[in-house]
Amino acid sequence: MGWAIALHGGAGDIPLSLPPERRQPREAALRHCLQVGVDALKAQKSPLDVVELVVRELENNPHFNAGRGSVLTTEGTVEMEACIMDGKTKKCGAVSGLTTVVNAISLARVVMEKTPHIYLAFDGAEKFAREQGLETVDSSNFITPENIERLKQAKEANRVQVDYTQPVEKETPTVHGDSQIGTVGCVAVDNDGNLAAATSTGGLVNKMVGRIGDTPIIGAGTYANNLCAVSATGKGEAIIRGTVARDVSALMEFKGLSLKEAAAYVVEECVPRGTAGLVAVSAKGELTMAFNTTGMFRAAATEDGYTEIAIWPSC
Amino acid sequence: MERNMGGWAIAVHGGAGVDPNLPQQRQEEAKQLLTRCLNLGIDALRSNLSAVDVVELVVRELETDPVFNSGRGSALTAKGTVEMESSIMDGLGRRCGAVSGLTTVKNPVSLARLVMERSPHSYLAFAGAEDFARQQGVEVVDNEYFITEENVGMLKLAKEANTIMFDYRIPEAGGLETCSAVVESPILMNGLPISVYAPETVGCVVVDSQGRCAAATSTGGLMNKMSGRIGDSPLIGAGTYACNLCGVSCTGEGEAIIRGTLAREVAAVMEYKELGLQEAVNFVIRERLDEGKAGLIAVSNKGEVAWGFNTTGMFRGCATEDGFMEVGIWD
Repeated sequence: MGWAIALHGGAGDIPLSLPPERRQPREAALRHCLQVGVDALKAQKSPLDVVELVVRELENNPHFNAGRGSVLTTEGTVEMEACIMDGKTKKCGAVSGLTTVVNAISLARVVMEKTPHIYLAFDGAEKFAREQGLETVDSSNFITPENIERLKQAKEANRVQVDYTQPVEKETPTVHGDSQIGTVGCVAVDNDGNLAAATSTGGLVNKMVGRIGDTPIIGAGTYANNLCAVSATGKGEAIIRGTVARDVSALMEFKGLSLKEAAAYVVEECVPRGTAGLVAVSAKGELTMAFNTTGMFRAAATEDGYTEIAIWPSC
Repeated sequence: MERNMGGWAIAVHGGAGVDPNLPQQRQEEAKQLLTRCLNLGIDALRSNLSAVDVVELVVRELETDPVFNSGRGSALTAKGTVEMESSIMDGLGRRCGAVSGLTTVKNPVSLARLVMERSPHSYLAFAGAEDFARQQGVEVVDNEYFITEENVGMLKLAKEANTIMFDYRIPEAGGLETCSAVVESPILMNGLPISVYAPETVGCVVVDSQGRCAAATSTGGLMNKMSGRIGDSPLIGAGTYACNLCGVSCTGEGEAIIRGTLAREVAAVMEYKELGLQEAVNFVIRERLDEGKAGLIAVSNKGEVAWGFNTTGMFRGCATEDGFMEVGIWD
């Protein structure tokens, strides 16, 4: 068998013309985060530890829409959410509406492990973070100049927007399309078939204050059971409606599809074109990365030496 | 669109997990409310209202009446306030709307519907949801409106129960009877004594005469919950789900419902395993709950209605176009 890990930094209408200065830092980040995950798996860390670790790295990186680098609400603030799930026990934790917690995914894990609840949000979640001694910083620390510019553009275009459209160029909205993405996530499986999934995000640019997306909703953006672990990204509203993460597993279980077939089916049939992507691993050590958008920032590796870091479709 | 050969059908619930020592008067009160709600829904269906209109209408009634744990009569947070949540889903197009952390909105299910229809999003919570409510001009009231004397008493018991797990008698106040759970082996839900923590979330599922399904769920959540805690009711796929095949609303242990993605599960086995409605409901209750305790109601696009629960009782009622009608609590 062997371990396997896959991670993503968002699916959407990533223009093929993405200039090197915007592409390279992200590729480097994906490479780095993948290495962090691989090292942890080699060191026999549990998949649950691994996915939390990798997502923390992605949150700390300002090039992705999670933690630092989160996109902004319509009021120019940051509201972060995250979710983690352990496949073996199906225990899960989720948080929304965070404004000062440095690593939302870690708070989600604490909710899972230290409360009888699954999901805490807004003021209650922030208060809990302080009680638990998690690292918090002033909210301004998450805000990057790029995202301030993105918000400005989105307001001008009067729409919610992707996180990686270049803020400096004044191209017309139609060039970038209307895809809405951003989110980071990681799934992992160890040699014993233990699975875990984690997802984290700042949400949609120019979102209404209080808007919750698919990421913290078990079965939509995040899911893991004893068959597979899934983390999705894309247009939150479509992923919720399509119960994307859960359906990958349901197709494997109820229709006998393979991991790859199930993932392909979900992105083709359960959500509209241009709205979603996902990474998934199975208890047997298989992995798949599927998306119906122009591209998806992603990286993956398996114990037998396979490695991939990519943005657009491989073939 | 295929003509629905089966006619319309409707089901309502007021929570799975009932204290077996619930006083007779309370049981009657509950059954009367369920009956009234069913009749409201039936009238609406006969007037050709769509499924999503009917579920909203019925859940509004359940929210307004203080008997169950939603809207007025909601369970209280640890701070003694009310934080309500709800979700609604229209099987046609699988459109959905959800809200959490409401403190002044009189009918959470209606705000959930507005999120679905008047916002670019699917889920709004806390201050943002309250702002949206005001923008939309929905009826808002003081938080006190939702708080009942009975629940203030229950919160006190809940706080006591956190440290001592015995003596669940409701304090004598304005004619409330004592209601004691069996001390030796109390029935627990969410790990807590049911006489104090009975979920009593409300919900409604409907299939109309065009074969369209819809579902809605509403709740005040867990008594003595941490402020900011979100349960299964506003989570699409967990507490609520509807698609072209069916409409489902769940109630019980929030954690178990979320982990089991219960509402979606019923639809998924119908869709992917081609089970019929009752088979699907039975399968999910039997196989997807592990040690969790929950119940659900469901309708199919063929005009069928079904329910299932692995708890001690579920407040429920259902009716179909051919004249069948039933309200019940126990097995």
